[in-house]
Parts: sequence; structure tokens; C-alpha cells
Amino acid sequence: MAPYDCPRSERARLATAGARATTVGSLNRQPGGDVLKGNVFLALLLLALAVSLLGLTAIIVQAAVNGAPAFSLGLFTDPPSSLAERAGFRPALIGTLYLIGGVILLIVPLGVGAAIYLEEYADGTRWWNRLVELNIQNLAGVPSIIYGILGLAFIVRGPLDLGFIVAAGSLTLGLLVLPTVILAAREAIRAVPPSIREGSLALGATRWQTIRRQVLPASVPGIATGVILAISRAIGETAPLLLVGATTFVTFNPSFFGDDGYSALPVLIFNYATRPQDEFRVLASAGVIVMLIVLLAMNAFAVWLRNRYEQQW
Amino acid sequence: MEARDAMGAFGTGAAGMPPRSLEAPSPRYGEKAIQGLLALCAAVSVATTTAIVVSLLVPTLSFFGEVPIFDFLFGTDWAPTFTPASFGALPVVVGTLSTTLWGMLVAVPVGLLSAIYLSEYASPRVRRVVKPVIEVLAGIPTVAIGIFALIFLSPTVERVLPFFVKVPPFSAGVAGLAIGLMIVPIIASISDDAMRAVPGGLREAAYGLGATRMKVATRVVFPAAISGIVASIVLAGSRAVGETMVVLLAAGASPNLTFDPGVSVQTMTAFIGTTATGDIATGTTTYDTIFAVGSLLFVMTLAMNMVAIRLVRRYREVYD
Repeated sequence: MAPYDCPRSERARLATAGARATTVGSLNRQPGGDVLKGNVFLALLLLALAVSLLGLTAIIVQAAVNGAPAFSLGLFTDPPSSLAERAGFRPALIGTLYLIGGVILLIVPLGVGAAIYLEEYADGTRWWNRLVELNIQNLAGVPSIIYGILGLAFIVRGPLDLGFIVAAGSLTLGLLVLPTVILAAREAIRAVPPSIREGSLALGATRWQTIRRQVLPASVPGIATGVILAISRAIGETAPLLLVGATTFVTFNPSFFGDDGYSALPVLIFNYATRPQDEFRVLASAGVIVMLIVLLAMNAFAVWLRNRYEQQW
Repeated sequence: MEARDAMGAFGTGAAGMPPRSLEAPSPRYGEKAIQGLLALCAAVSVATTTAIVVSLLVPTLSFFGEVPIFDFLFGTDWAPTFTPASFGALPVVVGTLSTTLWGMLVAVPVGLLSAIYLSEYASPRVRRVVKPVIEVLAGIPTVAIGIFALIFLSPTVERVLPFFVKVPPFSAGVAGLAIGLMIVPIIASISDDAMRAVPGGLREAAYGLGATRMKVATRVVFPAAISGIVASIVLAGSRAVGETMVVLLAAGASPNLTFDPGVSVQTMTAFIGTTATGDIATGTTTYDTIFAVGSLLFVMTLAMNMVAIRLVRRYREVYD
């Protein structure tokens, strides 16, 4: 650096520094109120988040703490009883297993079939296809008790006249969760890029061969995730089952088409919770914990499945 | 094989043989059958809706043959299972609106603030963990939430805010709080999606003009995402109106014509849930009442869902 530059560069440096200080000062001159407001707002946001997370924790912890005394093997092996210490959930657990088995048989073919039709075949500009789409979106929002009414008036009695049997309950629950499956399966099928289809078609495969050999295998993880979430919803549904004949005082193991009554886990939990004795409330909480463990495990599995097999095209 | 034959035919077409068509040699009935089968699967959903409407409508019409529609909608005395029976549905409608109102008072602020945090403040890592955890709340069976309300929430609230639970353990307010907790994930999740669909350019422009983070979130992103946000609220409201188990467990079964959070109310869903499980002879007016109330519930939720679907479509179209 040349010595004669010194005074000028010193002046320049000072000037620059002064200008920078002024600029920075004026730019940072946020009114103190804004900083404070921003922080208060952030605190509010965190508080709201904490409320929802705390609510979730409270539901789980409360059920675990209240239900702990009733937790024993008898919970799974004993039938309901008027004596709390001898009462358990066995027929209800088996009833729920049957119900869910029927639901799976119903929703997997119907849900995937409808999703394939809507994604691969349907012409979205036709009014009937748009009607089907709108209809599925609406069905997803129909209250579950309305499905109970449908089950009672259409499946148990009325046109199908199945009577109060497990199959009627399965059918009701299956129709209830069907929109969930269709929407999830459609997402999964849509995620398969068109180039895969075009490649297959260009090689001479027919439309159905393309779907069966290319599109479906690629979308299985997404479809499975949707099915698992639908099943976990069906497990916990109580209101429609109340209407289609899931009763509570069933001491024997039910059968799928037997008309001598059946029970389901959430219905029995509900019944125990409404009895006046505290011991039965403990039992209800223990049942809730059993149900929550199953559901959380299924949810975790669904999330794992999605993350593990999610394909990046 | 067929393709090669077709090509061969094409090649020799000039030598006197008629050119063969390149189209498939068979009409492929199997393909058509499969397409028909799949269309049938899709038609099941339409059949479901039809079945719902028919099973609600037929008994409802016979109900209105007995009870004037005006008396049903605006009557204030609800005693359909007593003799003499009275069919004024206003108490159960107001009961439903009351639990929904108290639920929304919890869920709207909590859900929206959570959504703003997730969309505008949270790092991608935090968001990836927190959002699924909140959504677990939506997957908890409503009977579990009802038991939580009855066993834990009701005594706790009674101690802190006695006016919220005047006749323990049942109260519309406590049932509302529990419903609110249940629908928070709907509002948080859909609103978060809507706000994240707002293009980054809007945010950057606002920052460039010197707006603070809070201003960007509340004055730019929030209004830009308003249709999705409103949709999430409407959808949550529809879920709250249709909720059965929580109100059955925590709100009691006394039809009271009031918005007072401290007293027990009977909601429309709770009426259906308790009455349809009892031994009521089919074909009686009391039995038909279940369907009349069901129709009212169906129409209310359907209207709300349609509004929500329309709004969601709008925000998707604007920014995609």
C-alpha cells in the first residue's frame, strides 16, 4: 500500500464506517414494540402447539394410569361379567377381529378397484365420473352415526335383511372407511409417473397388463398405508356398531354369520365406562390402553411403510 | 407374435394381399370386462350414498306424515320416547350447536396457531416430527376421548372452573373441550397445507419491504391461504356436529334448550345413539324420529362438507 494513500484511505474508511453505521442503525430501527410483539406471538404459537401435544399425552397417560390396576391376563381371557374383578374383553376382542377381517375383505378389492378406475380409466370431463369423485369426497365427511343408520335400515333390516350379525357390522364399517381407502389408493396410483405406463404400453402391453404389472406393484406401499389407516379407524369406531347390533353382554365367542349376538372392543369399553362402579371405569381405561397400543403400533407401521418404500421417480 | 404378423402383412400388402389392420386382432373382451368391474367398484360409493338417502328419506317422510315439519324444526319440547310424546327438535339441535360451539372455541385458536407455527416458524425437521404426532390425535378413537372427558377432564374442569360443570359429571362445555381437542388436527393439518401452498415469492416480497416474521405470517400468508383455512374450520365443524361417542359419554342425555356450558345437553347424535340401541318397535313414530333427526344431521353435515370441498378446490387452483 503506497504511503501517500494513507490519509485519503483513512478518510474513506471513516466515511464508509460512518455511512454503514447510519444505514444499519436506520434499517434496524424496529420499534421495540415490534420485537416484543413478535416474541409474544411466537410464545402464543408454541403455547397452542403445547396444548395439542399435551392433550394427546394426557389422553394416553390418563388411560394408562387409570387402567393399570386392571391390567392382567384376565383382561384378554375373561368374558364380561357383572363382577368387575372377573370381567374381561375376550368375546369383544374376538368380535373385533372378525369385524376387521370382514372389513379387509371388503375394502381392499373395492377400494383399490374404485381407485384404479378413477385414476386409470375415468374421463374426468364426464359428468358421471365427476359425480363419483364428488360423492366420495362427501362420503368421507358423513358422520359415522349416519352409517349406523344405513346399517340398521339397509343392511340389518330392509333390502339386505342380514340381521344383527358380524357380517352386517363388517359391511357397515367397511362402507364407512371405504372413502379413506379410495382417496389414499388414488394418491398412490397418481404418484406413479406416466412414463412408466407409456413405456409399458409402447412395448405392446394392454391397459390392464400395464396396470397389473407396472402401476399396482409400484403403488402397493401407498395403498397399504391407506388400508392400514382405514383399518385403524374401523377398529376404534363405536357409534355405528351401537346401531347395527354389537351388544355388550356376550359371554361366548362370536361367529361371522351367527345371529346369537356379537360384541366389539370399543362397544364393550363404552359399556364399561357408563356403568356406575369405579372398578368398571378402571376396566374401561385398561381396554382403551389395549386399543391405543394396537392403533399406535399400526400407525407407526404405516408411517414406517411409507418412509421405507416411498419411491422417488 | 401378432405384431410381427401384422408387420409382415404390411410389407407384403403391395404384392396383391389385402393390407392387414394394425389394430388388435381380437376385441379384447377381457379388458372391457375388467374396466366394467372396476367401474362397478367405483359405483359402490354412489350406491352407498343412494342407500343412505333412501334409508333416511323413507322413514322421515312417514315421520312428517305424523308430525308437522314446523313443529319438528321449531318446537321447544323434546320428549319423543315419552307418552304423550313431543317432537320439538330445537333442544337437540341447540345441544349439538352448543357442544360444537365450545369445541370450536378451543379448536380454532389452537389449531390455527399450531398451523402458523408449523408452516411459518418450524424448521423442516421439527415439522416432519410434530405434524404426524398431532395427526395421531385425529386417529384416537372417539370413545377413548369420551372416556378421557368423563373420567379426567370433567372432574379437573369442575375444580378449576365450577361454572363449566354445574351438575357433575355431565356438561356440554366439557364435551365441547374434548371435541375441540379431537378436531384440532383437522384445522392444524389442512391450514398448514394451505399456508404452505402460498408461494414463497409473496413472503420474500414482504420481507423485502421490511415486514417482520409475525407480519408476514399474519398479514400476508394467512390472508392468502384464507380459503383453505376456512375450509379446514368448516370441515372441523362438520366433524364436531357429527361426533357421537364423546357427547354420549360426557354431555349426558337431558335435552336442555341452552348454550350454557355447565349443564348436560342431548345432541342429535346422542339421541340417535341412545334411542336406536334401545328396544323400539319398527314402524312407530318414535322409531321414525331416529331417521328424522338423522336426516337433519345428514343435511347439516352435507352442506358444511360441500362448502369445505369447494373452498379447498379454490385454493388448490389458485397456487398450483
